[in-house]
Amino acid sequence: MKIPIIYNIRSLRQRPVSTLTTALGMALVVAVFIAMNALANGFQASLVGTGAVENVILLRKGANGEMNSGIARPAASTVAGYPFVAKDEAGLPLISAETFVVVPLARVGGGGMANVVVRGVSQKALQVRKDIQIKAGRTFRSGAREVIVGTAYAQRFPNSAVGQTVRFAEQDWTVVGQFTAGGSSFESEIWGENEQFMPVFRGQIFQSITFRMTDPAAFDGVKATLEGDARLAVDAVRERDFYENQSAGLSTVLKFIAVFLASIMAVGAIFGAINTMYAAVASRAPEIGVLLTLGFKPWSVMSSFLLESVFIAMLGGVLGCLIALPINGLVTSTTNWASFSEVAFAFRVTPGLLLSGMMFAVVMGVIGGLLPARRAAKQQVVDALRQA
Amino acid sequence: MSMPRLVWANVFRNKKRTALTIASVVVAFFLFGTLRSVITTLDAAAAVGSEARLITSSASGITFPLPEAHVNRLRAVPGIKSVSWSNWFGGYYQDPRDFFAQFAIKAESYLAMYPEIKITAGDVEAFKRERTAALVGVGLMNKYGWQIGQTVTLKGTIFAGDWDFVIRAAYTPVNPSFGDANMYFNYEYLYERTNGRITPGWFALELDRPGGAADLAKAIDAQFKNSTAPTKTETERAFQAGFVTMWGNIGFLVRAIGTAVFFAILFVAANTMMMAVRERVGEVAVLKTVGFQNGTLFWMVLAESVLITVVGGAIGLLLSRLAFMGRTPLNSFFPGFGVTNSTIALGLALATLLGVISGAIPALQSSRLSVVGALRRVA
Repeated sequence: MKIPIIYNIRSLRQRPVSTLTTALGMALVVAVFIAMNALANGFQASLVGTGAVENVILLRKGANGEMNSGIARPAASTVAGYPFVAKDEAGLPLISAETFVVVPLARVGGGGMANVVVRGVSQKALQVRKDIQIKAGRTFRSGAREVIVGTAYAQRFPNSAVGQTVRFAEQDWTVVGQFTAGGSSFESEIWGENEQFMPVFRGQIFQSITFRMTDPAAFDGVKATLEGDARLAVDAVRERDFYENQSAGLSTVLKFIAVFLASIMAVGAIFGAINTMYAAVASRAPEIGVLLTLGFKPWSVMSSFLLESVFIAMLGGVLGCLIALPINGLVTSTTNWASFSEVAFAFRVTPGLLLSGMMFAVVMGVIGGLLPARRAAKQQVVDALRQA
Repeated sequence: MSMPRLVWANVFRNKKRTALTIASVVVAFFLFGTLRSVITTLDAAAAVGSEARLITSSASGITFPLPEAHVNRLRAVPGIKSVSWSNWFGGYYQDPRDFFAQFAIKAESYLAMYPEIKITAGDVEAFKRERTAALVGVGLMNKYGWQIGQTVTLKGTIFAGDWDFVIRAAYTPVNPSFGDANMYFNYEYLYERTNGRITPGWFALELDRPGGAADLAKAIDAQFKNSTAPTKTETERAFQAGFVTMWGNIGFLVRAIGTAVFFAILFVAANTMMMAVRERVGEVAVLKTVGFQNGTLFWMVLAESVLITVVGGAIGLLLSRLAFMGRTPLNSFFPGFGVTNSTIALGLALATLLGVISGAIPALQSSRLSVVGALRRVA
């Protein structure tokens, strides 16, 4: 027969301070676990979300990022002529040949300098990349010294409101609009017309060409055709894979740190739980004696105490989730070393992450409760009752 | 029985519990040692750059090169002793994910300016003479098992193609934070392979005297303000610190985690002390009856608590010190990573604080215990 769960709950309420301190210890472990993973998730999501599956990005053969790449001007029209490049309603190819530079700009409020991506795009770029939406103002006009800025950029750098001017490459540029890009790293960038940026930065070369495919499933053929074209000398990568690779290194490190830290902290918290449960077993020896005398089997006693430990852990898990929840959406920034520029991103606490936090807590509870529960089950009835 | 002996006896009355509590404190302070070392190492990395050298880079950003013609104008600036320059190469050896830094340097002047690069193997003259020669840090030599005289091939990402280098010398940094995993080679090699399309990435300037660096930096930038390539000049320390801050707010992150660890263990330790006091209520009553003062009983519990946390803290800190001695995988991320004496001292102070806080309430309970009530419970 099983011992009713209410017995455990009442027992826990008998010693609230001890229960709560043990649970709080575990809560902090769970909170650190969730927070670190939320950091990794947020960084990864902002970069993975940057690339689209149906887009292809071309870089100079051997270049590992846009920073190192260079593609001669005629290549853009060569690529645009291929039939697998998607076209808009007017029959114009959805392709953007882009210049890419990183400029140091002062953050808002004396926060030092940060490297910002300045991307020269074609007018089609806003359609090639799907989630681009102008939130304020309008897009830049061809032939004008105008730029649009991402909303994540706008929050962290001065002079980014519509109508203000931002200075880089020794020239003034009028901000005419702000855009969102579905939370991706494009939101940390400044965009303007490629033809305007070319003469002031690196001369008559593009750094990358991005286009939409008519059939996303035909990527392998597209890749083979483009990489085999001797006029181009490019590597073709799916845009999504390109950005996913950029995030892979740092998010793996962050996730490793999350597990490493949480595991070490968990060891400490588990020792705490073992202490608490041993004390619970010791102080309730007479009760256990009574339970055994009444005919409850030793394994019922054992599972009952194990359950009690898991309850404490789950309380800790819930508290941990509550502690970690407010960091969801908190914006922070780091450097994407692949492009040498600062990316802003938000911590992402997902339901799945909360669930793994809870599971982490339950595991701590089971490990912490195992030995004390076994001790409880192995008690001799006579000895236990004698204490009473 | 004297008070210290009573405390000692109490610590061992429940050996399992004491051991478990000490173990959780050990774990916490191992983490503390590790986390704080991240901060101290980053601070050391930010401070490794000299205050006595200036770095002049392009005002448009570090990725834009500067014309070689700037060299003569810089040399003419009063207060500047010598000028050298360097370029970022951005290549990799075999595995593109395996990062290490390579610099093309104007060897003669650069090595004279950087006493931190101490040649400990090979022949530095051979390195300077030979176009394709390389000077490699001992850490990097060990990592790849390279030997002096060996030819290694790097793949360029900025400068496409396969690049052969002959290792002619190895260096050991004077200060570990400088890093022992860099590779240097001759600027002339880069210049020739790119058919002269390359110009210096940044200039390193040695000053006549360390003072007045800020004014000199301003004067230099003013001089190039209206040239085709405006400059940004700062002390080498500021230049280096700029790279460290690019990681984002690591200091805040580490401190937040450290605080969470501290409180998690505080809960464990406080709980233990409360349990310890609860189960010896009767004893405390007896001690009071035989004439022990309230104050003495208070200090006894507190001493027990502090003893447990300080022993645990000391073991944890010692373990972290031992774990990060010598070369660890962390060294490639953080050159010179190690647990400093200041970290150990701060850790011990925190361990004491932890013991005081977790023991305070139980100690108070013990000293305020009503003898009659307690003895009635025992009887």
